[in-house]
Amino acid sequence: MSAAGWTRLGVVLGLVLLLEALCRAGVIPNFTVIPPSAMAQSLWKVLASGKFTPDIIATLTNVGIAIAASMVVGVALGTLLQSWPAARRVLDPLFATYYAVPMYAFYPLLIVLFGLGDLPQVAIGFLLAVMAVIINTLNGLDRVPPVLVKAARVHGLGFLKTAHRVRLPYAAPYIFTGFKLAVAYSFIGVIGAEFITSSRGIGYEISFAYNNFDNAVMYAMILFILALVVTVNMSLHAWEKRLLARRRRA
Amino acid sequence: MRAGAAPDMRWRDPLILVALLLVVWQLLYLAVGDVALRSPWVTARSLGTMLEDARFIPHVRETLAAFAQGFIIAMVVGLAIGIPLGAARFAGEVAEPILVALYSIPKVTLYPVILLIFGIGMPAKVAFGAIHGIVPISIFAMNAVRNINPTHLRTARVLGLSPLSLTRKILVPAALPEIVTGIRVGFSLALIGTLLGEMFGSQRGLGHLLMQAMSLHNIERILALTLLLVVFAAGVNALLLALDRHLHRRTA
Amino acid sequence: MKPHVALRGVTRVYPGKTPVHALGPIDLALERGEFFAVVGPSGCGKSTLLDVMAGLASPTAGEIVFEDRPVNGDVPPGIGVVFQEDASFPWLTVHDNIAFGLRHARAAEAEVARQVGYAIEFMGLKDFARAYPAQLSGGMRQRVCIARTLVLKPRLILLDEPFGALDQQTRLLMGDELLRLWRETGATILLITHALDEATMLADRVGVMSARPGRFLDVIATDWPRTRDSTIVASESFGRLTSRIWTLLRGESIRALGRA
Repeated sequence: MSAAGWTRLGVVLGLVLLLEALCRAGVIPNFTVIPPSAMAQSLWKVLASGKFTPDIIATLTNVGIAIAASMVVGVALGTLLQSWPAARRVLDPLFATYYAVPMYAFYPLLIVLFGLGDLPQVAIGFLLAVMAVIINTLNGLDRVPPVLVKAARVHGLGFLKTAHRVRLPYAAPYIFTGFKLAVAYSFIGVIGAEFITSSRGIGYEISFAYNNFDNAVMYAMILFILALVVTVNMSLHAWEKRLLARRRRA
Repeated sequence: MRAGAAPDMRWRDPLILVALLLVVWQLLYLAVGDVALRSPWVTARSLGTMLEDARFIPHVRETLAAFAQGFIIAMVVGLAIGIPLGAARFAGEVAEPILVALYSIPKVTLYPVILLIFGIGMPAKVAFGAIHGIVPISIFAMNAVRNINPTHLRTARVLGLSPLSLTRKILVPAALPEIVTGIRVGFSLALIGTLLGEMFGSQRGLGHLLMQAMSLHNIERILALTLLLVVFAAGVNALLLALDRHLHRRTA
Repeated sequence: MKPHVALRGVTRVYPGKTPVHALGPIDLALERGEFFAVVGPSGCGKSTLLDVMAGLASPTAGEIVFEDRPVNGDVPPGIGVVFQEDASFPWLTVHDNIAFGLRHARAAEAEVARQVGYAIEFMGLKDFARAYPAQLSGGMRQRVCIARTLVLKPRLILLDEPFGALDQQTRLLMGDELLRLWRETGATILLITHALDEATMLADRVGVMSARPGRFLDVIATDWPRTRDSTIVASESFGRLTSRIWTLLRGESIRALGRA
């Protein structure tokens, strides 16, 4: 690990230790924030008890569905739009403004449309994620050198085969960026929706614990989410670096 | 867009898009019916009525006040973090992955913590908006400063510019486009944060009204509020985007 | 004897607000197994000629006939193209790059391995079979593209300035390799190049194109023996042929420069 890496580790550990000290010393009262060590302990108990496993599974399933759906639809729409410049031009303002719009504002509408199940949450996650996939797929396909498409034609590949075996593989690193964003947005969308209104899931349990003054469980779940998301994002980042290493000029 | 296209072409495409969205909305309404939707026209009328209602304005003011404060804090803190990190290479390298990680965590997870610290009310909402806006503003500011062409700095030294002149004439114009992009993103995210906070922990404001309308199954109101928020957010973003593009074009 | 590929009155005009008359009319007939080079000033339409011959672009007028069948808008089987730019697929290893066409044609894996192995040996890529194009030099990447074309046993090979990005020595050696390839496969070859010495050294006939719109000013036969290599640059006729070509080209190049 580099010097920056070690420093970073030191900074993060330092902050955690500082928080621990302040909490234990009573500078930060326990009904506001509990010490990190207590958070970790509580998380261990929570996971071991299995009481929240159904919630965890529910949330992760919804996140997974949102990711999968946004990738499939996003790549398909991105590929389609890239070959249809007129449609793409008309939709361009939508791409530029999409993430400015508070997507959560549509949540009540989705609940009215789909009822109080898991679908509205998956829908929010999907809606947030799909645009990132479309934008990055477009970006990647834009960068395919024309000579590769010509080479595909010389080999007798039609439009679909060229997209499948030449254009999309070339654009894969950019599509992967879209994938990373899809993962992040799916988590944000699903968990945010669970906070607002839901009957199960990690977001719901955090909200429930908060309302019942159960700081131990609440912080345990918060720690769980944060640790999970950070780990997933870091793993994706590492995976991406390995994939790109092949393509980098030596 | 071909170079030299007529100026009215620039407005034609967004208008077509808006028309398309309205058509899709109307079709959805025809398919789903009054049980879950209202038509665009009814929604617009309903919004008009709402805006004239004296009881409605305080909520708008509440949301705007919370948002404005949160956004300003996000800008000040974000720039205060981002600019020095961009200038100090090693510190920036250390901090960047941390900031990126903060960017991708669902900040909504931290809301209960904020409520515990600030209690329910305006300070909490301001904090929600602020934490959403700080991270992108600082990341973009950091990159903006980092990417200032070192040749510009050397030229300034050769010309003997004072630190103030250097900042005004070289640093600010060079870094401004990326900083404005960050502010634009921070604006949108701060709005989302404020709204989210209101939806989940407040008794006043547009977000709260939205949740109230949902629990009362008042579809017209849900749609009118959603429309208002979407138009506001998209409208301001479009303006900021025009500014953003103008600045980038100058330096490209 | 019927020509392997023939162009009759081929013209190509690029449409648009101001249409560009890029090529033609061109009349050309290549014998089976012939090595034909095309030289001309920049922008004269050499690449357009290749695109049209391969079926990558449709002629605005005229016809192209390959093996007694018309070529229009689709690349017929039996034609291979090596482009000027690097067309290697960066996400595949050298081996998989070369295997690309065979796999698309659904050849059996054992057959693929055999053919690809042979092509790798032939092009001197054995030590790099598992490497990725990004790890190779420009010349090696071109060799990968040539191998990828080779392995499909094309009967007509079109090359568009394939050695353009390489230094002079490497180009001469690649020229030798190209001759070796030509003799081994018996394919008809059309090579586009801006290097007069390369054209004169490699080809049976050299077509000299005018400035845009490109038309053939003359076609010069070199009468080289089939078993030639780069050492013929020492022969007397080499100098004569090259200066003959340059005399034709000089005026055209000046005109092209002025228009550039």
